[in-house]
Amino acid sequence: MLMKKFIEKDEKAMERTILHCDMNNFYASVECFLNPDLKPYPVAVCGSVEERHGIVLAKNYKAKACGVTTGEAVWQAQQKCRDLVIVPPHYEEYMKFSKAARKIYEDYTDQVEAFGMDECWLDVTGSVGIYGDGEKIAQEIRERIKFELGLTVSIGVSFNKIFAKLGSDLKKPDAVTCIPKERFKEIVWPLAASEMLGVGRATEKKLAACGVRTIGTLATWPVEFFEKKFGKFGVALWLFANGLDESRVAAADASVPVKSVGHGTTALQDLENAAEVWRIMLALTQEIGHKLYTYEKRACGVQIDVRDNKLFTKQWQCPLPHPTQSASEIARTAFDLFCRSYEWRNPIRSVTVRAINLTAQNTPYQLDLFCDPLHTEKTEKIDRTVEDLRLRFGMDIIRNACLLDNPKMSSGGGPQVIMPTGVPT
Amino acid sequence: MAETKYRKVYVDVFALMRQDGMLLPKGFIWEDGAKYKIDRVRHAAPAASTKVGGRGIRYTVVIGGQEQYLYREEDDRWFMEAPVYQ
Ligand SMILES: [Mg+2]
Repeated sequence: MLMKKFIEKDEKAMERTILHCDMNNFYASVECFLNPDLKPYPVAVCGSVEERHGIVLAKNYKAKACGVTTGEAVWQAQQKCRDLVIVPPHYEEYMKFSKAARKIYEDYTDQVEAFGMDECWLDVTGSVGIYGDGEKIAQEIRERIKFELGLTVSIGVSFNKIFAKLGSDLKKPDAVTCIPKERFKEIVWPLAASEMLGVGRATEKKLAACGVRTIGTLATWPVEFFEKKFGKFGVALWLFANGLDESRVAAADASVPVKSVGHGTTALQDLENAAEVWRIMLALTQEIGHKLYTYEKRACGVQIDVRDNKLFTKQWQCPLPHPTQSASEIARTAFDLFCRSYEWRNPIRSVTVRAINLTAQNTPYQLDLFCDPLHTEKTEKIDRTVEDLRLRFGMDIIRNACLLDNPKMSSGGGPQVIMPTGVPT
Repeated sequence: MAETKYRKVYVDVFALMRQDGMLLPKGFIWEDGAKYKIDRVRHAAPAASTKVGGRGIRYTVVIGGQEQYLYREEDDRWFMEAPVYQ
Protein backbone atom coordinates (compact mmCIF):
# COMPACT_ATOMS: atom_id res chain seq x y z
CA MET A 1 0.00 0.00 0.00
CA LEU A 2 1.15 3.48 -0.91
CA MET A 3 0.69 4.94 2.57
CA LYS A 4 2.82 2.30 4.28
CA LYS A 5 5.60 2.68 1.76
CA PHE A 6 5.98 6.39 2.49
CA ILE A 7 6.04 5.95 6.23
CA GLU A 8 8.67 3.21 6.11
CA LYS A 9 10.84 5.28 3.84
CA ASP A 10 10.69 8.22 6.22
CA GLU A 11 11.87 6.25 9.22
CA LYS A 12 15.13 5.43 7.51
CA ALA A 13 15.99 9.04 6.66
CA MET A 14 18.05 11.16 9.03
CA GLU A 15 16.10 13.89 10.73
CA ARG A 16 16.88 17.33 9.39
CA THR A 17 16.76 20.73 11.09
CA ILE A 18 15.22 23.35 8.81
CA LEU A 19 14.61 27.01 9.58
CA HIS A 20 12.31 29.33 7.69
CA CYS A 21 13.09 33.00 8.31
CA ASP A 22 10.51 35.56 7.29
CA MET A 23 11.21 39.27 7.73
CA ASN A 24 8.05 40.92 9.06
CA ASN A 25 6.28 43.50 6.86
CA PHE A 26 9.52 43.68 4.95
CA TYR A 27 9.12 46.71 2.65
CA ALA A 28 7.25 48.73 5.27
CA SER A 29 9.74 47.81 8.00
CA VAL A 30 12.68 48.92 5.88
CA GLU A 31 10.96 52.23 5.12
CA CYS A 32 10.22 52.83 8.81
CA PHE A 33 13.75 51.88 9.80
CA LEU A 34 15.33 54.25 7.30
CA ASN A 35 12.98 57.06 8.27
CA PRO A 36 12.20 56.72 11.99
CA ASP A 37 9.80 59.71 11.78
CA LEU A 38 7.35 57.33 10.06
CA LYS A 39 7.22 54.90 12.98
CA PRO A 40 4.31 56.46 14.93
CA TYR A 41 2.05 56.38 11.85
CA PRO A 42 0.23 53.78 9.80
CA VAL A 43 2.42 53.34 6.72
CA ALA A 44 1.76 51.72 3.37
CA VAL A 45 4.32 51.15 0.62
CA CYS A 46 2.47 51.63 -2.65
CA GLY A 47 3.46 50.79 -6.20
CA SER A 48 3.00 53.42 -8.89
CA VAL A 49 1.53 56.21 -6.87
CA GLU A 50 -0.18 57.51 -10.00
CA GLU A 51 -3.60 58.92 -9.41
CA ARG A 52 -5.67 56.07 -10.76
CA HIS A 53 -3.45 53.09 -10.37
CA GLY A 54 -1.43 52.63 -7.17
CA ILE A 55 -1.85 49.52 -5.06
CA VAL A 56 -0.65 48.65 -1.57
CA LEU A 57 2.48 46.48 -1.71
CA ALA A 58 3.13 46.32 2.04
CA LYS A 59 1.99 47.94 5.27
CA ASN A 60 3.10 48.20 8.88
CA TYR A 61 1.13 46.86 11.86
CA LYS A 62 -0.56 50.19 12.51
CA ALA A 63 -1.95 50.23 8.97
CA LYS A 64 -2.91 46.56 9.26
CA ALA A 65 -4.88 47.40 12.41
CA CYS A 66 -6.94 49.87 10.35
CA GLY A 67 -7.80 47.06 7.94
CA VAL A 68 -5.40 48.04 5.15
CA THR A 69 -4.60 44.96 3.05
CA THR A 70 -1.89 44.18 0.54
CA GLY A 71 -3.06 44.43 -3.06
CA GLU A 72 -5.89 46.88 -2.54
CA ALA A 73 -6.05 50.23 -4.29
CA VAL A 74 -4.48 53.23 -2.59
CA TRP A 75 -7.79 55.10 -2.46
CA GLN A 76 -9.45 52.15 -0.73
CA ALA A 77 -6.69 52.02 1.86
CA GLN A 78 -6.98 55.74 2.42
CA GLN A 79 -10.70 55.42 3.00
CA LYS A 80 -10.09 52.89 5.77
CA CYS A 81 -7.26 54.84 7.32
CA ARG A 82 -7.35 58.59 6.96
CA ASP A 83 -3.89 59.40 8.25
CA LEU A 84 -2.22 56.63 6.24
CA VAL A 85 1.27 57.62 5.12
CA ILE A 86 1.98 56.52 1.56
CA VAL A 87 5.57 55.89 0.55
CA PRO A 88 6.88 54.70 -2.84
CA PRO A 89 8.96 51.51 -2.90
CA HIS A 90 12.78 51.70 -2.81
CA TYR A 91 13.75 48.34 -4.24
CA GLU A 92 17.48 48.90 -4.12
CA GLU A 93 17.23 49.48 -0.35
CA TYR A 94 15.18 46.28 0.10
CA MET A 95 17.77 44.44 -1.94
CA LYS A 96 20.54 45.65 0.39
CA PHE A 97 18.67 44.45 3.49
CA SER A 98 17.83 41.16 1.81
CA LYS A 99 21.49 40.56 1.03
CA ALA A 100 22.58 41.60 4.53
CA ALA A 101 20.11 39.15 6.09
CA ARG A 102 21.38 36.42 3.82
CA LYS A 103 24.92 37.12 4.96
CA ILE A 104 23.84 36.52 8.54
CA TYR A 105 22.12 33.25 7.57
CA GLU A 106 25.26 32.13 5.78
CA ASP A 107 27.18 32.30 9.07
CA TYR A 108 25.19 29.21 10.09
CA THR A 109 24.97 27.21 6.85
CA ASP A 110 25.72 27.37 3.16
CA GLN A 111 22.34 25.85 2.40
CA VAL A 112 20.20 28.97 2.13
CA GLU A 113 17.30 29.08 -0.28
CA ALA A 114 15.54 32.38 -0.90
CA PHE A 115 11.79 32.48 -1.33
CA GLY A 116 11.13 36.02 -2.45
CA MET A 117 13.16 38.92 -1.06
CA ASP A 118 12.15 38.54 2.57
CA GLU A 119 12.00 34.79 3.16
CA CYS A 120 14.68 32.10 3.28
CA TRP A 121 14.94 28.46 4.20
CA LEU A 122 18.09 27.33 6.00
CA ASP A 123 19.14 23.73 6.41
CA VAL A 124 21.19 23.84 9.62
CA THR A 125 21.36 20.07 10.15
CA GLY A 126 25.14 20.17 9.85
CA SER A 127 25.56 23.09 12.27
CA VAL A 128 23.47 21.98 15.25
CA GLY A 129 26.51 20.32 16.80
CA ILE A 130 28.47 23.58 16.65
CA TYR A 131 25.84 26.16 17.53
CA GLY A 132 23.34 24.23 19.63
CA ASP A 133 19.93 23.02 18.51
CA GLY A 134 17.66 24.52 15.87
CA GLU A 135 15.83 26.70 18.33
CA LYS A 136 19.05 28.14 19.71
CA ILE A 137 20.28 28.99 16.21
CA ALA A 138 16.89 30.53 15.40
CA GLN A 139 16.94 32.72 18.52
CA GLU A 140 20.45 33.88 17.75
CA ILE A 141 19.49 34.77 14.16
CA ARG A 142 16.39 36.61 15.39
CA GLU A 143 18.50 38.67 17.81
CA ARG A 144 21.16 39.42 15.23
CA ILE A 145 18.68 40.54 12.56
CA LYS A 146 17.18 42.92 15.11
CA PHE A 147 20.50 44.22 16.37
CA GLU A 148 22.44 44.39 13.11
CA LEU A 149 19.68 45.26 10.61
CA GLY A 150 17.10 46.92 12.85
CA LEU A 151 14.35 44.63 11.50
CA THR A 152 12.29 41.85 13.03
CA VAL A 153 12.00 38.32 11.74
CA SER A 154 9.73 35.36 12.47
CA ILE A 155 11.38 31.96 12.35
CA GLY A 156 9.88 28.51 12.11
CA VAL A 157 12.01 25.55 13.17
CA SER A 158 11.06 22.07 12.05
CA PHE A 159 12.21 18.89 10.32
CA ASN A 160 10.98 19.82 6.84
CA LYS A 161 10.52 22.93 4.72
CA ILE A 162 6.72 22.90 4.78
CA PHE A 163 6.42 22.91 8.58
CA ALA A 164 9.28 25.38 8.98
CA LYS A 165 7.39 27.79 6.73
CA LEU A 166 4.18 27.13 8.61
CA GLY A 167 5.95 27.76 11.91
CA SER A 168 7.21 31.15 10.79
CA ASP A 169 3.60 32.17 10.11
CA LEU A 170 2.29 31.12 13.52
CA LYS A 171 3.88 33.79 15.71
CA LYS A 172 4.72 37.29 14.44
CA PRO A 173 6.61 39.54 14.72
CA ASP A 174 10.02 38.88 16.25
CA ALA A 175 9.36 35.28 17.33
CA VAL A 176 10.55 31.70 17.02
CA THR A 177 8.13 28.78 16.70
CA CYS A 178 9.29 25.18 16.89
CA ILE A 179 7.40 22.28 15.37
CA PRO A 180 9.30 19.19 16.49
CA LYS A 181 8.62 15.79 15.00
CA GLU A 182 7.21 14.41 18.28
CA ARG A 183 4.62 17.17 18.54
CA PHE A 184 3.75 18.17 15.00
CA LYS A 185 0.34 16.50 15.07
CA GLU A 186 -0.93 18.53 17.99
CA ILE A 187 0.46 21.80 16.56
CA VAL A 188 -0.19 21.44 12.85
CA TRP A 189 -3.19 19.20 12.42
CA PRO A 190 -5.83 21.48 13.99
CA LEU A 191 -4.87 24.31 11.57
CA ALA A 192 -6.87 25.22 8.48
CA ALA A 193 -5.66 23.49 5.33
CA SER A 194 -5.06 26.89 3.73
CA GLU A 195 -2.24 27.54 6.24
CA MET A 196 -0.10 25.00 4.46
CA LEU A 197 2.22 25.99 1.63
CA GLY A 198 0.77 24.61 -1.60
CA VAL A 199 -2.86 25.09 -0.65
CA GLY A 200 -3.93 28.18 -2.54
CA ARG A 201 -7.41 29.59 -2.69
CA ALA A 202 -8.55 27.28 -5.51
CA THR A 203 -7.24 24.14 -3.80
CA GLU A 204 -8.71 25.25 -0.49
CA LYS A 205 -12.15 25.47 -2.13
CA LYS A 206 -11.84 22.07 -3.77
CA LEU A 207 -10.72 20.50 -0.50
CA ALA A 208 -13.56 22.14 1.41
CA ALA A 209 -16.02 20.82 -1.17
CA CYS A 210 -15.08 17.27 -0.19
CA GLY A 211 -15.09 18.10 3.51
CA VAL A 212 -11.38 18.63 4.08
CA ARG A 213 -10.91 21.78 6.13
CA THR A 214 -7.97 21.08 8.44
CA ILE A 215 -4.48 19.81 7.79
CA GLY A 216 -5.32 16.92 10.14
CA THR A 217 -8.16 15.71 7.93
CA LEU A 218 -5.92 16.01 4.91
CA ALA A 219 -3.30 13.90 6.68
CA THR A 220 -5.49 11.15 8.06
CA TRP A 221 -7.62 10.41 5.02
CA PRO A 222 -6.17 7.76 2.71
CA VAL A 223 -3.66 9.12 0.21
CA GLU A 224 -5.48 7.28 -2.60
CA PHE A 225 -8.43 9.63 -2.16
CA PHE A 226 -6.30 12.70 -2.90
CA GLU A 227 -4.44 10.94 -5.67
CA LYS A 228 -7.71 10.24 -7.44
CA LYS A 229 -8.95 13.78 -6.86
CA PHE A 230 -5.80 15.85 -7.60
CA GLY A 231 -3.29 13.40 -9.10
CA LYS A 232 0.40 13.84 -8.16
CA PHE A 233 -0.33 17.18 -6.54
CA GLY A 234 -2.80 15.49 -4.19
CA VAL A 235 -0.18 12.98 -3.12
CA ALA A 236 2.25 15.84 -2.47
CA LEU A 237 -0.29 17.65 -0.25
CA TRP A 238 -0.94 14.47 1.70
CA LEU A 239 2.79 13.98 2.21
CA PHE A 240 3.19 17.59 3.34
CA ALA A 241 0.38 17.23 5.88
CA ASN A 242 2.01 14.11 7.30
CA GLY A 243 5.38 15.76 7.73
CA LEU A 244 6.86 13.67 4.94
CA ASP A 245 8.07 16.51 2.72
CA GLU A 246 11.61 15.69 1.73
CA SER A 247 12.40 18.56 -0.61
CA ARG A 248 15.92 19.87 -0.13
CA VAL A 249 16.97 23.37 0.73
CA ALA A 250 18.76 24.46 -2.42
CA ALA A 251 22.44 25.23 -1.85
CA ALA A 252 23.76 28.78 -1.84
CA ASP A 253 22.58 30.84 -4.76
CA ALA A 254 23.13 34.48 -4.11
CA SER A 255 20.45 35.77 -6.47
CA VAL A 256 16.92 36.43 -5.34
CA PRO A 257 14.37 34.49 -7.37
CA VAL A 258 12.30 37.03 -9.20
CA LYS A 259 10.18 35.48 -11.90
CA SER A 260 9.09 38.55 -13.77
CA VAL A 261 9.19 42.29 -13.44
CA GLY A 262 6.25 44.30 -14.59
CA HIS A 263 4.95 47.80 -14.46
CA GLY A 264 1.58 49.09 -15.49
CA THR A 265 -0.28 52.32 -15.49
CA THR A 266 -3.73 53.60 -16.11
CA ALA A 267 -3.61 56.60 -18.40
CA LEU A 268 -5.01 59.86 -17.10
CA GLN A 269 -6.86 60.16 -20.38
CA ASP A 270 -7.51 57.31 -22.78
CA LEU A 271 -4.78 56.69 -25.34
CA GLU A 272 -5.87 57.15 -28.91
CA ASN A 273 -2.89 56.42 -31.10
CA ALA A 274 0.32 54.45 -31.28
CA ALA A 275 2.53 57.44 -30.50
CA GLU A 276 0.80 57.89 -27.17
CA VAL A 277 1.16 54.19 -26.39
CA TRP A 278 4.86 54.40 -27.22
CA ARG A 279 5.45 57.16 -24.71
CA ILE A 280 3.62 55.27 -21.96
CA MET A 281 5.54 52.08 -22.75
CA LEU A 282 8.84 53.90 -22.70
CA ALA A 283 7.97 55.36 -19.31
CA LEU A 284 6.92 51.96 -17.94
CA THR A 285 10.05 50.22 -19.13
CA GLN A 286 12.25 52.80 -17.37
CA GLU A 287 11.01 51.36 -14.08
CA ILE A 288 11.40 47.80 -15.37
CA GLY A 289 14.97 48.35 -16.51
CA HIS A 290 15.73 49.87 -13.14
CA LYS A 291 14.29 46.85 -11.29
CA LEU A 292 16.08 44.32 -13.52
CA TYR A 293 19.29 46.17 -12.81
CA THR A 294 18.78 46.07 -9.03
CA TYR A 295 17.72 42.40 -9.13
CA GLU A 296 20.74 41.58 -11.33
CA LYS A 297 18.56 39.89 -13.94
CA ARG A 298 18.10 39.98 -17.69
CA ALA A 299 14.81 39.51 -19.48
CA CYS A 300 14.44 36.97 -22.29
CA GLY A 301 10.90 37.96 -23.22
CA VAL A 302 8.25 40.63 -23.02
CA GLN A 303 4.59 40.47 -22.16
CA ILE A 304 2.08 43.26 -22.64
CA ASP A 305 -1.41 43.70 -21.26
CA VAL A 306 -3.66 46.21 -22.92
CA ARG A 307 -7.03 47.18 -21.57
CA ASP A 308 -9.36 49.32 -23.65
CA ASN A 309 -11.90 51.79 -22.36
CA LYS A 310 -14.59 49.10 -22.49
CA LEU A 311 -12.34 47.30 -20.00
CA PHE A 312 -11.51 44.42 -22.33
CA THR A 313 -8.06 43.10 -21.59
CA LYS A 314 -5.78 41.40 -24.05
CA GLN A 315 -2.38 39.92 -23.43
CA TRP A 316 0.47 39.09 -25.77
CA GLN A 317 4.03 37.97 -25.33
CA CYS A 318 7.12 37.47 -27.44
CA PRO A 319 10.81 36.69 -26.93
CA LEU A 320 13.48 39.38 -26.94
CA PRO A 321 16.22 39.06 -29.59
CA HIS A 322 18.70 38.42 -26.75
CA PRO A 323 18.59 38.63 -22.94
CA THR A 324 18.68 42.26 -21.85
CA GLN A 325 18.24 44.78 -19.05
CA SER A 326 17.93 47.68 -21.43
CA ALA A 327 14.80 49.76 -20.92
CA SER A 328 14.83 51.07 -24.48
CA GLU A 329 15.21 47.60 -25.98
CA ILE A 330 12.37 46.20 -23.93
CA ALA A 331 10.25 49.21 -24.85
CA ARG A 332 10.96 48.75 -28.55
CA THR A 333 10.09 45.04 -28.48
CA ALA A 334 6.95 45.71 -26.46
CA PHE A 335 5.90 48.42 -28.86
CA ASP A 336 6.51 46.26 -31.94
CA LEU A 337 4.46 43.53 -30.33
CA PHE A 338 1.73 46.04 -29.62
CA CYS A 339 1.68 47.34 -33.20
CA ARG A 340 1.53 43.81 -34.59
CA SER A 341 -1.20 42.67 -32.24
CA TYR A 342 -3.58 45.45 -31.26
CA GLU A 343 -6.44 46.34 -33.54
CA TRP A 344 -7.62 49.82 -32.80
CA ARG A 345 -11.30 49.38 -32.06
CA ASN A 346 -11.37 51.36 -28.86
CA PRO A 347 -9.11 53.84 -27.11
CA ILE A 348 -6.85 52.34 -24.48
CA ARG A 349 -7.32 52.77 -20.78
CA SER A 350 -4.32 50.97 -19.33
CA VAL A 351 -1.09 49.34 -20.40
CA THR A 352 1.18 46.93 -18.55
CA VAL A 353 4.60 45.82 -19.71
CA ARG A 354 6.26 42.84 -18.10
CA ALA A 355 9.79 41.52 -18.51
CA ILE A 356 9.51 37.72 -18.42
CA ASN A 357 11.72 34.61 -18.46
CA LEU A 358 14.40 36.25 -16.37
CA THR A 359 17.90 34.88 -16.18
CA ALA A 360 20.79 35.85 -13.93
CA GLN A 361 22.75 38.82 -15.21
CA ASN A 362 25.91 36.79 -15.64
CA THR A 363 24.39 33.80 -17.47
CA PRO A 364 26.25 33.37 -20.74
CA TYR A 365 24.08 33.56 -23.82
CA GLN A 366 24.33 32.77 -27.51
CA LEU A 367 24.95 35.78 -29.72
CA ASP A 368 22.91 35.80 -32.86
CA LEU A 369 24.54 36.21 -36.21
CA PHE A 370 22.81 39.39 -37.23
CA CYS A 371 22.98 41.50 -34.13
CA ASP A 372 25.92 43.75 -33.54
CA PRO A 373 27.42 42.93 -30.14
CA LEU A 374 29.36 46.21 -30.10
CA HIS A 375 26.19 48.16 -30.57
CA THR A 376 24.48 46.14 -27.83
CA GLU A 377 27.38 46.75 -25.51
CA LYS A 378 27.22 50.48 -26.17
CA THR A 379 23.49 50.62 -25.49
CA GLU A 380 23.99 48.66 -22.31
CA LYS A 381 26.75 51.01 -21.21
CA ILE A 382 24.41 53.97 -21.65
CA ASP A 383 21.65 52.18 -19.76
CA ARG A 384 24.07 51.27 -16.99
CA THR A 385 25.20 54.88 -16.61
CA VAL A 386 21.58 55.96 -16.40
CA GLU A 387 20.96 53.31 -13.77
CA ASP A 388 23.97 54.34 -11.72
CA LEU A 389 22.75 57.92 -11.75
CA ARG A 390 19.33 56.75 -10.61
CA LEU A 391 20.70 54.62 -7.82
CA ARG A 392 22.59 57.63 -6.52
CA PHE A 393 20.14 60.43 -7.12
CA GLY A 394 16.71 58.84 -7.57
CA MET A 395 14.50 57.84 -10.49
CA ASP A 396 13.86 61.37 -11.69
CA ILE A 397 17.44 62.52 -12.14
CA ILE A 398 17.46 61.52 -15.80
CA ARG A 399 14.79 60.60 -18.32
CA ASN A 400 14.06 60.43 -22.01
CA ALA A 401 13.25 63.83 -23.49
CA CYS A 402 9.99 62.59 -24.96
CA LEU A 403 8.84 61.56 -21.48
CA LEU A 404 9.05 65.10 -20.15
CA ASP A 405 5.65 66.52 -19.57
CA ASN A 406 3.42 63.70 -20.78
CA PRO A 407 -0.08 65.01 -20.28
CA LYS A 408 -1.66 61.54 -20.32
CA MET A 409 0.54 59.98 -17.71
CA SER A 410 0.77 61.02 -14.12
CA SER A 411 4.34 61.74 -13.14
CA GLY A 412 6.15 59.17 -11.06
CA GLY A 413 7.92 62.08 -9.38
CA GLY A 414 6.47 64.52 -6.96
CA PRO A 415 7.28 64.29 -3.30
CA GLN A 416 9.24 61.19 -2.31
CA VAL A 417 7.16 60.83 0.82
CA ILE A 418 3.64 62.07 1.12
CA MET A 419 3.17 63.04 4.72
CA PRO A 420 -0.22 63.43 6.34
CA THR A 421 -1.12 66.88 7.54
CA GLY A 422 0.45 67.92 10.80
CA VAL A 423 3.49 65.71 10.54
CA PRO A 424 6.82 67.49 10.62
CA THR A 425 8.95 66.43 7.70
CA MET B 1 8.48 63.31 29.03
CA ALA B 2 9.22 63.80 25.36
CA GLU B 3 11.54 61.32 23.74
CA THR B 4 14.83 62.76 22.55
CA LYS B 5 14.98 62.93 18.79
CA TYR B 6 18.14 62.23 16.87
CA ARG B 7 19.40 63.05 13.43
CA LYS B 8 21.93 61.36 11.22
CA VAL B 9 25.09 63.37 10.72
CA TYR B 10 27.64 62.22 8.17
CA VAL B 11 31.19 63.09 9.15
CA ASP B 12 34.62 63.14 7.53
CA VAL B 13 36.83 60.58 9.20
CA PHE B 14 40.59 60.22 9.61
CA ALA B 15 41.28 56.51 9.73
CA LEU B 16 44.21 54.17 9.91
CA MET B 17 44.17 51.20 7.58
CA ARG B 18 46.19 48.68 9.56
CA GLN B 19 48.37 46.03 7.97
CA ASP B 20 46.03 43.32 9.29
CA GLY B 21 43.16 44.85 7.30
CA MET B 22 41.44 46.46 10.26
CA LEU B 23 40.21 50.00 9.68
CA LEU B 24 40.59 52.18 12.77
CA PRO B 25 39.03 55.66 13.01
CA LYS B 26 41.41 58.16 14.59
CA GLY B 27 39.42 61.38 14.41
CA PHE B 28 36.59 63.13 12.57
CA ILE B 29 35.35 66.51 11.40
CA TRP B 30 31.86 67.51 12.57
CA GLU B 31 29.47 69.27 10.18
CA ASP B 32 30.42 72.67 11.65
CA GLY B 33 34.06 72.08 10.80
CA ALA B 34 35.21 71.26 14.32
CA LYS B 35 37.84 68.53 14.50
CA TYR B 36 37.73 65.81 17.13
CA LYS B 37 40.34 63.28 18.17
CA ILE B 38 39.32 59.71 18.95
CA ASP B 39 41.21 58.60 22.06
CA ARG B 40 40.37 54.95 21.80
CA VAL B 41 38.24 52.45 19.91
CA ARG B 42 36.62 50.19 22.50
CA HIS B 43 34.66 47.88 20.27
CA ALA B 44 33.58 47.35 16.66
CA ALA B 45 30.73 45.11 15.48
CA PRO B 46 27.85 45.16 13.00
CA ALA B 47 24.86 47.08 14.37
CA ALA B 48 21.84 49.11 13.33
CA SER B 49 20.96 52.55 14.60
CA THR B 50 17.21 52.60 15.09
CA LYS B 51 17.50 56.22 16.30
CA VAL B 52 18.45 57.63 12.91
CA GLY B 53 17.94 54.72 10.51
CA GLY B 54 21.34 53.49 9.44
CA ARG B 55 23.48 50.42 9.82
CA GLY B 56 26.96 49.09 9.31
CA ILE B 57 29.98 48.52 11.51
CA ARG B 58 29.45 50.34 14.79
CA TYR B 59 32.62 51.62 16.45
CA THR B 60 32.35 52.41 20.13
CA VAL B 61 34.85 55.25 20.43
CA VAL B 62 36.07 57.36 23.31
CA ILE B 63 36.19 61.11 22.68
CA GLY B 64 37.27 63.38 25.53
CA GLY B 65 36.57 60.66 28.04
CA GLN B 66 33.06 60.07 26.65
CA GLU B 67 31.81 57.02 24.86
CA GLN B 68 30.15 57.59 21.46
CA TYR B 69 29.04 55.49 18.52
CA LEU B 70 30.53 56.02 15.09
CA TYR B 71 28.99 53.95 12.27
CA ARG B 72 30.62 52.94 9.02
CA GLU B 73 28.05 52.11 6.33
CA GLU B 74 28.55 49.50 3.60
CA ASP B 75 29.64 52.16 1.12
CA ASP B 76 32.23 53.48 3.61
CA ARG B 77 30.34 56.56 4.60
CA TRP B 78 30.57 57.36 8.33
CA PHE B 79 27.78 58.77 10.43
CA MET B 80 26.93 59.64 14.04
CA GLU B 81 23.70 60.11 15.97
CA ALA B 82 23.17 63.70 17.07
CA PRO B 83 20.43 64.61 19.56
CA VAL B 84 18.02 67.30 18.37
CA TYR B 85 17.30 69.87 21.08
CA GLN B 86 13.94 71.51 20.75
MG1 LIG C 1 7.60 38.65 5.22
